[in-house]
Amino acid sequence: MTLQFKPAETFRDTFTYRKSPEDILRFPFPFPEDEYMYSVNIEPHVRGGPTAAFRATFDIDEHYIAECRERERVLKEDPKRCQVLPHMMAAEWDTLELIMESMAADYPEHFSLAKAGDLWTWVNRPLGIQQSFTFGKVETLPCPPFEYITRQAQGDFTLQDQRDDNLYVDGGMVTTQADWSLEFDIGMSFHEWHGPVPLAHEKGVFDRALKYLLRLQYGQPVRRLNWTMTINPRLDTSPENYPVWGPDKASVTPENVAEKAHLRVELQTLFRLPRSGAILFGIRCYLTSVADIAKVPKWRRRLHRVLRDLHPDIASYKGLPRFRPMVLDYLAPLDDGAPTSKGIAPDTDVLGG
Amino acid sequence: MTAGEPLHVRVREIEELAPSLKRFSFEPAHGGQFPTPPAGGHVMLTLRDGARVMKNAYSLVTPPTERTRYDIIVRLVAQSRGGSSFLHRSVVPGDVLEMANPISLFSLAATARKHLLVGGGIGITPLLSFLPELKARGARFELHQLATGEEAPVFERLLAPYAAAEEIRVHSGGRAAFDLAGLLARQPLGTHLYVCGPHSLMDAVTGTAAGLGWPKGKIHKESFGGDVSGLPFRAVLKKSGIEVEVGETQSLLEAIEAAGVAAPCLCRGGACGECATPVIEGEADHRDDFLSAEEKASGKLIMTCVSRARGPRLVLDL
Repeated sequence: MTLQFKPAETFRDTFTYRKSPEDILRFPFPFPEDEYMYSVNIEPHVRGGPTAAFRATFDIDEHYIAECRERERVLKEDPKRCQVLPHMMAAEWDTLELIMESMAADYPEHFSLAKAGDLWTWVNRPLGIQQSFTFGKVETLPCPPFEYITRQAQGDFTLQDQRDDNLYVDGGMVTTQADWSLEFDIGMSFHEWHGPVPLAHEKGVFDRALKYLLRLQYGQPVRRLNWTMTINPRLDTSPENYPVWGPDKASVTPENVAEKAHLRVELQTLFRLPRSGAILFGIRCYLTSVADIAKVPKWRRRLHRVLRDLHPDIASYKGLPRFRPMVLDYLAPLDDGAPTSKGIAPDTDVLGG
Repeated sequence: MTAGEPLHVRVREIEELAPSLKRFSFEPAHGGQFPTPPAGGHVMLTLRDGARVMKNAYSLVTPPTERTRYDIIVRLVAQSRGGSSFLHRSVVPGDVLEMANPISLFSLAATARKHLLVGGGIGITPLLSFLPELKARGARFELHQLATGEEAPVFERLLAPYAAAEEIRVHSGGRAAFDLAGLLARQPLGTHLYVCGPHSLMDAVTGTAAGLGWPKGKIHKESFGGDVSGLPFRAVLKKSGIEVEVGETQSLLEAIEAAGVAAPCLCRGGACGECATPVIEGEADHRDDFLSAEEKASGKLIMTCVSRARGPRLVLDL
């Protein structure tokens, strides 16, 4: 289907972000079962999956142009949202190659890449960009290669260097994050940057996940879904900007909760890179309001059950306590108690009221 | 981990570098381009000699900028398991072979201030894939290659394109004449060491480096992985009422899937726990990161994606 971009929609102040019916149905709903607990829920990142969000290596949707413009605004206000340590230059070029080739292959109507030896020409039609450059020569691009290409992709990205049997977050483009800071985390090891997560350390989740990722192979990317909830369709919920978005939680009322509360899902992807041996971590953020989720019978039943039975430590870590009761009061009458099918597929192609 | 769909490659050119060394050049059999060759990467070739199927790993010597061809250098070894001998004697240009997608378990360190490369014999091959990447990074490096008299001129020719600015030396005087300890002792702080060659050389280099106080994380050895491979065995799937043969290079999970049984799995790397399967009889060779030491010792569960049998037979509740 041809994407109808909505370049003028906003993710702050006026919040004009809206989802078309197709965009709601392609949402990567994060709960395969009626209850939720941390696990190493990693699977191969192959093209195809339970919703259309899994069809491409790097998913593009109707919010593409607006999200790129929002990223540009965030970077203008706070350039440190994009940082890459100097030893990661090979990984920067690896990232540029992977994203350009994947986007050109998955969306030939929007992106194209032509090569004549090291001279590459990249065309991004939605953003009106045509750029010729020499692969490997930083000075031929308007900014360093990692920043250049991630300014033109949806979702955040980090670069992990692998050394001493550990992973270090040595670079990133982070403007659509769920309350974590690249400026704070840069250079940290795997367990350090996951330090704040409750329960999962004790369950050994991070020990296993690290061992698995150290063995991640080139050409065999993997993915997982993560989730939280955000008030208003705000992409930039960063610690740096907490004074801007923190008070949003106090604006929720029983009357506006379904429109204000959004399920925030991260489609996380991990790629081993060829030249550098580093890992590219994609954190693609999707926002869907509780009101929109309620239009899918399976999803509204399941969201109700997951939130109702959620472990209090997880609810607290994700910042839900203040508005969770209101979300539950809205969803409870919509849950008829019927059984739900395993997996995340919406089980419908039309939306209910 | 499983490697996804294999590549089909056509032999484009075979060049005899020396009586025991041949360079094979492959192109995609169905057109298009190969994935970017990873620095230090290798491929697994499936070689079918009549009814016999061999899987051999070879380092790619192709620079990351080259996408239309993959090159390997194969040494004919007397005690070959058959793969190298088959390639040397039976494979001709135009043949189409099955090749697993390249992977790399031997990467260049991003934080190294200097790279010291040591190769022995055919162990030169992953070093040849490092050189263009080191050049592209503008990195400081030094390479020492041990060679027989017959190999020395061949290796000198292969290394010549990279010899301009940095120190590259081919040693044909034998191991005894090569001052390994002196070389390792005079390296500046921040140097990373990479070695590939016969086991005896790799052990000598890593042992000498450790003895001189080199940090473990700065010593890198070539590895083809092969985590899931081992002796073949038979798995009896009790619920399904069938028996499957698990081959040397195949995982238990792959053998079960090949028999048409839908087994649970997710990560295919021994981390997520999804494929845990009850063991009724037989001893498991546990290779996963999911089960605790106590669970492994109790022998009640096996992770089919990476673990195998310790013995000829395993009965599973599947």
